[in-house]
Amino acid sequence: MTTSDVPRLGERSAVAHGWRTATLVDAWHETATARTLVLDVPAWPGLRAGQHVDLRLTAADGYTATRAYSASAPTDPAHPTHVQVTVQRVAGGEVSPYLVDDFPVGAGIEVRGPVGGWFVWEPGAAGGAPVLLLAGGSGVTPLVAMVRARRAAGDRTPFRVLYSVRMPTDAMFLDDLTGARLDGVESDVWFTRAAPPDAPRAVGRIGLRDVAHHGWPADLAPVCYVCGPTAFVEAMTRLLLVLGHEARAIRAERFGPSTD
Amino acid sequence: MAPVTPSDAPGTDPSGTPALTPGFHGRPRPSGVALPPGQYEVHDFPVLSAGPTPNVDTAHWQLEVRTEDHATWRWTWAELLALPQDDAVVDLHCVTRWSKFGTRWRGVSLDVLLADVPSAAQYALVGCYGGYTTNLPVADLLGGRAWIAHTYDGRPLDPLHGGPARLLVPHLYLWKSAKWVRSITLLRDDQRGFWERYGYHDYGDPWREQRYQGD
Repeated sequence: MTTSDVPRLGERSAVAHGWRTATLVDAWHETATARTLVLDVPAWPGLRAGQHVDLRLTAADGYTATRAYSASAPTDPAHPTHVQVTVQRVAGGEVSPYLVDDFPVGAGIEVRGPVGGWFVWEPGAAGGAPVLLLAGGSGVTPLVAMVRARRAAGDRTPFRVLYSVRMPTDAMFLDDLTGARLDGVESDVWFTRAAPPDAPRAVGRIGLRDVAHHGWPADLAPVCYVCGPTAFVEAMTRLLLVLGHEARAIRAERFGPSTD
Repeated sequence: MAPVTPSDAPGTDPSGTPALTPGFHGRPRPSGVALPPGQYEVHDFPVLSAGPTPNVDTAHWQLEVRTEDHATWRWTWAELLALPQDDAVVDLHCVTRWSKFGTRWRGVSLDVLLADVPSAAQYALVGCYGGYTTNLPVADLLGGRAWIAHTYDGRPLDPLHGGPARLLVPHLYLWKSAKWVRSITLLRDDQRGFWERYGYHDYGDPWREQRYQGD
């Protein structure tokens, strides 16, 4: 490796210059409308859970469109050049229908990043404070990356996850969030439109009582990550403030249009 | 997972470079609007901010300007509204790549607000209710290009979009137009704000696509 191949210290916080041409090496559907893409990116500096990448698509006439997508997994040391993002198809969208339905394995796409340093968790973050993850719909994507980062590191930071999703067929990453792999990650899934017959609670949005009972008490000073549509993020951050969490301990990432 | 060799890839050219996003067509190409590079047009008004939306009561609101010599100027809400008001129709460009054209605002020009403030500072750090900060040159606050905006599309500015008042500097990416503005600190040396410390550009000109440090 020559010196010029070594990532600069500055790249840990700054965004690496320029676009890299990546290849789609694997892809699978998480739901009927969400697809995970594994991109192989030459000289990729790696990313941390919660970060996102810019993807630039090119049409035959040279027209380009660029969008940001959150990674659904942190960099895997076994595949350091792989970037895994999960894309939710947005009806009428310009880019997501192509990435979910048409982008073929083996094809190229330009990647820039990683981007973002605030909505990030890694082992030891905030002095090992407990973590509360509040996910609305496809907003679960950067949050499951945090769960995966914790698990990959064998970290024991207490995690609680509250995941609100419309119906069972919309739920993603349940193997990582619930079920047999309970190792200090406590997860609850709320259904807002239709729940499975064995669901422990009725259909409905996450309310104050739910966050009070299933989140962390404010006096444990958890770091709270909230990701979802704007209305979800506004509602959840208000509940957290009412429950006594410090505004500076609440990190938010908003998806989608303001009218959602 | 099976690694894909270049020869298996669709549309691979002889050098082994994969074809970029084959079959991607995109929307009809924009016409009639001037889109900065890498942007697309939206008609709604997306919301982006890093934490909870602060609830700021105008009864307690104040705006503070501090100079490099630690002199301080303050305006209450009533004092802000008593200043000469501007109506501005401007285009917004967010670093997350949406642009919104022809937005209508009312507020106080920074030319008015800063007119009597003695300062030779070149840099400003803008502070907000909720703790957000952003930096920009003082020159970009002056010259009829920046406002303390309190009204959007004829109505009081919604807290989601920065109400009761936000900085509006539409010739820079929108993260510079700090929501819930509370203070402007004038500085001899540039001091990075919230997103700038995480790698976003110190200046943020959408026409030069200055998204990240080094662009």
